[in-house]
Amino acid sequence: MCLRLKQWILFLIIAAALIIYPYAVPSYYFTALLTQVLIFSIFTMGLNLLAGYTGLSSLGHGALFGSGAYTAALLMKYVSKNMWLGFSAGVLVAGVLAGLFALISLRTTRVYFLFITIALGQLIWAIVFGWRSLTGGDDGMPGIGKPTVWSSITLSGGTTYYYFALISFLIVLFIIYRITTSPFGHVLIGIRENENRIRHLGYNVWLYKFIAFVVSGLLTGLGGVIWTYYNGFVSPRDASFEFSAEALLIVILGGRGTLFGPLVGTVVVVLIKNIIAAFTQRWLFVLGVAYILTILYARSGVVGTLGIRIKRWVGEWGE
Amino acid sequence: MNMLIIHTLNGISFGMLLFLLASGLTLIFGLMSIINLSHGGYYLLGAYIGVTVIMHTGNFLLAMLVSGISIAIIGVLMERFFLRELHLQPLPQVLLTIGFTFVFADIALMIWGGEARFIEKPSFLMNPVFIGKIGFPSYRFFVILVGATIAGLLWLFQERTRVGGMVRAAVNDEEIARGLGINVPLLFILVFGLGAFLAGLCGVLGGPFIGVYPGVDFEILLLTLIVIIVGGVGSLKGALVGSLLIGLIDNFGKVFFPELARFTIYAPMVIILALKPSGLFGSRS
Repeated sequence: MCLRLKQWILFLIIAAALIIYPYAVPSYYFTALLTQVLIFSIFTMGLNLLAGYTGLSSLGHGALFGSGAYTAALLMKYVSKNMWLGFSAGVLVAGVLAGLFALISLRTTRVYFLFITIALGQLIWAIVFGWRSLTGGDDGMPGIGKPTVWSSITLSGGTTYYYFALISFLIVLFIIYRITTSPFGHVLIGIRENENRIRHLGYNVWLYKFIAFVVSGLLTGLGGVIWTYYNGFVSPRDASFEFSAEALLIVILGGRGTLFGPLVGTVVVVLIKNIIAAFTQRWLFVLGVAYILTILYARSGVVGTLGIRIKRWVGEWGE
Repeated sequence: MNMLIIHTLNGISFGMLLFLLASGLTLIFGLMSIINLSHGGYYLLGAYIGVTVIMHTGNFLLAMLVSGISIAIIGVLMERFFLRELHLQPLPQVLLTIGFTFVFADIALMIWGGEARFIEKPSFLMNPVFIGKIGFPSYRFFVILVGATIAGLLWLFQERTRVGGMVRAAVNDEEIARGLGINVPLLFILVFGLGAFLAGLCGVLGGPFIGVYPGVDFEILLLTLIVIIVGGVGSLKGALVGSLLIGLIDNFGKVFFPELARFTIYAPMVIILALKPSGLFGSRS
């Protein structure tokens, strides 16, 4: 109960800070940056449900993000600019794809699971990269425009879209919170900690993993749709292996299986990529070093490590 | 008919190149359970080092040797100072080596710039080989020859030498091997260095028909991964069969379905994995 209370307080503080943020810091650049953080956090929170809580590290989630993004973009270009259509279709496609991914990849474990998710992700990437007549191939799909919310109301403008992304982010955060504190979520964590024990307790481990994969895919696809609407552009990069790896790195950096880890990790990586890129051309080098340092020194994640530090600190105070 | 033979030849030679890359990767995995995703980065650096050596000396074979040795040194340092800490932790290994791939890519960008480079074929392989009236590119034969030779040497090394026997023992049961007095950490360095050496050498060998450009690292890495996934991780035989299969599929896919060229590689892989998750010759699952 105490833990939940703390999480609620943290949740309210973060929500309040994010809501007043555009007024506190009236900068177009930083609002745009924070919008990106919120959108990618939806993605990494979705991945965290699978990789962090359930212990299934997927290296193909970029393709699920991309499938949501491309579905929204294709609908915008060829069918209708209606936002709700894009949302339902994009999330649905990503969910169905996640189900197919799960059917194939859940036959394997550990290293083979990593490999097979890379392979599945690359399959989707190969389609969007190769099918030039539909997706524009390597050039991506520029100039998609802004989606309409209702008749002639469109979703655009920096601050408006920021709040739209924020609402979506908070909803996803709440969903993850509810899932992971529910009996269902406890079984997922149990599978991560000791799969055999959960199986012998009589749970259908495969089904739990499958559902976790699909829900994770739905949320990841949602991130993709919101990204397309924000960016007005999709490219194969949004479905690439590098992107999958980056998302997984963020989850680890922030703290696997923690509620706020993905947000923290995303903030760090987006800041590294954007702010350091402004000072140096060597952003690829910096990104690579960030990977290496994360693995060497922050494998248990910023949130996890900080949590232990704070607990120790509080413990010393109590004595 | 003529074209069919040429494409088959191209497919097999590309397959041999993939085999050289995949054999290193799969040996490293079999022995140490290390997933080294900087193999593509090794290839890239090896190719660029080859460009420089050829520019200064004009000697293709020397370039292959210099690239191989330089990359082997880099590989051994990585194994000793970074990967050894992450023993049996696949996910950290994967992300660490991806990080190194980015670092290598940026170092290459810093030194050699962003334009595509081209490695000239060695002068003695410029002229086509004539069989009957049909001319075949002699360089492709050279690649097949180099690939087959190294495959044979690897096989001899693994099956017929004392060190090879130690490697096999360590693959089977590392603890018992250590208990018998085999210096397993030294074997790790040896095999990792060998894999890196082959990757660096491949950068030069593949240069004349793949080209040297930013981004080739991930392309090569993913193709190599497919090969070992299809063949079965840890199996040399699997690497050979997988690489020839992928080499041929890649070549014919590009000819017959240019728009779906990459799809034709990934689709068979997914089918094989769906039927046999450990790959064609993989034992563990």
